[in-house]
Amino acid sequence: MKQPPQKKDGPPVASSVAASERGVDRPVEKERKKDLPPPRMQFDDESRVDKAKRRSLLNQPEARNRVELFRHLPPHKNGSQLPYLESKFFELHEMHPSVYKVGLQYLTGDTSGGNARCIAMLQAFQEAIRDYSTPPEKTLNRDLTSKIGGFVSFLIECRPLSMSMGNAIRFLKSRIARLPLTLSESEAKAALCSDIDRFINEKIVLADKVILRHAATKIRDGDVLLTYGSSCVVEMILLYAHEIGKQFRVVVVDSRPMLEGQKQLRRLVAKGLSCTYTQLNAISYVMHEVTRVFLGASSIFSNGTVYSRVGTASVAMVAHAFHVPVLVCCEAYKFHERVQLDSICFNELGDPDAVSKVPGREDVNYLDNLTDKQKENLQLLNLKYDATPSDYISVIVTDYGMIPPTSVPVIVREYRKEYLLI
Amino acid sequence: MDFQVVVLAGGSSKNLTPLVSKELPKPLLPVANRPVLSYVLHQLEQNNLKDLIVVVEGEDTALVVGAWISGTFIDRLHVEIAAVPEDIGTAGAIRAISHHLTAKDILVVSGDLVSDVPPGAVAATHRRHDAAVTAMLSSIPVSGPLDSGSSGGKDKAKKLGRYNIIGLDPGKQFLLHIATGAEIEKDARLPKHILRAVGQMEIRSDLMDAHMYAFKRSVLQEVLDLKDTFQSLKEDVLPYLVRSQLKSEALSNRTPQGEENGNEKVTSQNNQVFVSRILANSSTPSFHDHSSENPDGSAPTRKTHKCCAYIASSGSYCVRLNSIQAFMDINRDVTGEADHLLTGTSSDPNNNIGPSPKLGTKTTVGPHCMLGEGSEIGDKCQVKRSVIGRHCRIGSHVKVVNSVVMNHVTIGDGCIIQSSVVCSNVQLQERVVLKDCQVGAGFVVTAGSEYKAESLARKEK
Repeated sequence: MKQPPQKKDGPPVASSVAASERGVDRPVEKERKKDLPPPRMQFDDESRVDKAKRRSLLNQPEARNRVELFRHLPPHKNGSQLPYLESKFFELHEMHPSVYKVGLQYLTGDTSGGNARCIAMLQAFQEAIRDYSTPPEKTLNRDLTSKIGGFVSFLIECRPLSMSMGNAIRFLKSRIARLPLTLSESEAKAALCSDIDRFINEKIVLADKVILRHAATKIRDGDVLLTYGSSCVVEMILLYAHEIGKQFRVVVVDSRPMLEGQKQLRRLVAKGLSCTYTQLNAISYVMHEVTRVFLGASSIFSNGTVYSRVGTASVAMVAHAFHVPVLVCCEAYKFHERVQLDSICFNELGDPDAVSKVPGREDVNYLDNLTDKQKENLQLLNLKYDATPSDYISVIVTDYGMIPPTSVPVIVREYRKEYLLI
Repeated sequence: MDFQVVVLAGGSSKNLTPLVSKELPKPLLPVANRPVLSYVLHQLEQNNLKDLIVVVEGEDTALVVGAWISGTFIDRLHVEIAAVPEDIGTAGAIRAISHHLTAKDILVVSGDLVSDVPPGAVAATHRRHDAAVTAMLSSIPVSGPLDSGSSGGKDKAKKLGRYNIIGLDPGKQFLLHIATGAEIEKDARLPKHILRAVGQMEIRSDLMDAHMYAFKRSVLQEVLDLKDTFQSLKEDVLPYLVRSQLKSEALSNRTPQGEENGNEKVTSQNNQVFVSRILANSSTPSFHDHSSENPDGSAPTRKTHKCCAYIASSGSYCVRLNSIQAFMDINRDVTGEADHLLTGTSSDPNNNIGPSPKLGTKTTVGPHCMLGEGSEIGDKCQVKRSVIGRHCRIGSHVKVVNSVVMNHVTIGDGCIIQSSVVCSNVQLQERVVLKDCQVGAGFVVTAGSEYKAESLARKEK
């Protein structure tokens, strides 16, 4: 039963009323519209797709042969958008060059990973704010907010936002809205830039350092640790534990088509850790010798569901079956008030052609010679994220400590208001 | 977008005598009755780049070019003409205007490039990779068919000389090696350390350097200051940057860290290192990062800079006007296949006034021809695949095939002009036969003469 959520970030108070009527929400929504990013589009709604096409900067690719179940998700913007965007390089007046550069990096996949994307975006916004000057007869609050909104819609077109980025944007917009009107323009800009710096330092850098210390206490000598894909926090934990002298082995599990684990493997091996590399199909064969599983997350929802790279749910499930504890390491700024029960209603589609190709093996091209008639019956699906139920997770390591998955809504409720008000 | 555009318009050119002269410098050489510089300027205007610096060699030439530009583009572009001494080379020209350059990146376009590749593409690639230099590469244009076979041999030799050896990485994004035709005799030398860092290099000889570059301003100024002897961007600066991309010595491409003073410095530096490590770990590592890392993975000691390449798609048109053959090819293409380049280019204000061309009876003008205004063609003439300028008087029984005729030319009756270039103010008397010739400005060809593959010019006094 599909319950498509219409907005990315519901108002914090009304989150408990999960299936609220749209009529009741409308006036509340309108008040909070300035705080929220624009409502997320359902791509099977024809009229809104057409409206968005007219407004968008990129050429939307035609919806060809998509899987029925995932038709409400935005189609993948593959590299074919790049020439179009490049040819308009000098014509995009409203775009700041650093925001444009970050957008291009998202589009081509040069930058990936929740923390990195969030940091890159915030640093680009910092530069944009520094170069910003208020046009006459406009207030800084409103104009800058609408400019940031423009940047955000450009970034969304390049690649859909991750939850961490959504929270960061909400923070930034609330800071702009709360600027006292008595400040001069340069003071306001300096205040915003220092706020962004503080956000990055406190929510990401310091949070990571706290997570490192907590998680390292859970690693004992002789452990065999399993990690999936490439999460920057987990990598830092492993390197830190190695530095403080713990003896352990690492099993790096990877999956097609992104093969993200290979980059992490290279970095771990370069530092001297002894690693084993395997793919997801071998997870149940490897799990019997593993003592702990460390996973990263893109976001954690209020019911304790972990939203992370596709394949994480399988790893957690197999670990649970083998009675291996699963530790999810995630900074608290990635928590979200939403509740998601499955991986279908909200996800991200990747490049479908990547599924049919194997890098480095040109001879594996069995799907290239299909006739058009045959191609009509074949639908390629490349999902990027999946949702891991909270039953499979033992503990979540955050900068507020090590909490069980059921405590996530508490953190969201208690600490979210606090950081919005600082 | 923090880009500054410099157009190198050159001045005189030895390859193109006798077509260029004091009155008609190379940037104003007409292609399809419009100066070649107008194509570049029009494309920049279409891409919303309105502040340009045009560099011209020689004071007089600069005046002529400047007058033309301000006449045509008076409201639409803001152009600054800079005159540099002759024979200073492209690098020298940039050195001379170096104090004018303020933006973060410089886009250097050659004034004789006729193409429809958007400069935004080169600029976007440059920004995306944060490169020190990005070069545009396009496939070598196919030379047009020649009517006579005799000059075929001469051109084949020219073609071989124009070989370029270009080494690209497997992703076709970075330039690993570039060697222009002049240096290649029998063997090409490749630097080993670059090959070892990348692993795989793809060597192509079917690409040419289209002379549209995007430079990081600091890098360009440093290189020009450091190496005084560099004369040409294409042959000296670019290969130097490509060779030294993994071992840049003086080139500083790191932003200065830790500008705050006091005890906050240490923590902020730590945080910055943290942040940069997160960012670096997330992005696809290029071979630059691999090679610059120490074995224990600490901060890189050797600085690297990136040289990117943008390969123009095969559908786009990109030709440089640097030889007579190229001149004829461009004329033919612009009136023929690539006529989208013509739509919308500004016509001189003079073009609007003046009578339209008059054709005599039984005169055929083939497709892909262009006739300027005020031209009169007599009876029983044949014009095929040619470009004829303004105010020409062409007699009867004249055959003009595959040629370029400029303005104010008088052609007597019974002439045959094939694969030739006839400059302005030339008078061809009756029954002249020209094949593969270039007739300089103001020349008078006596009646009944036949010339094959010659270059006729009036002697400069």
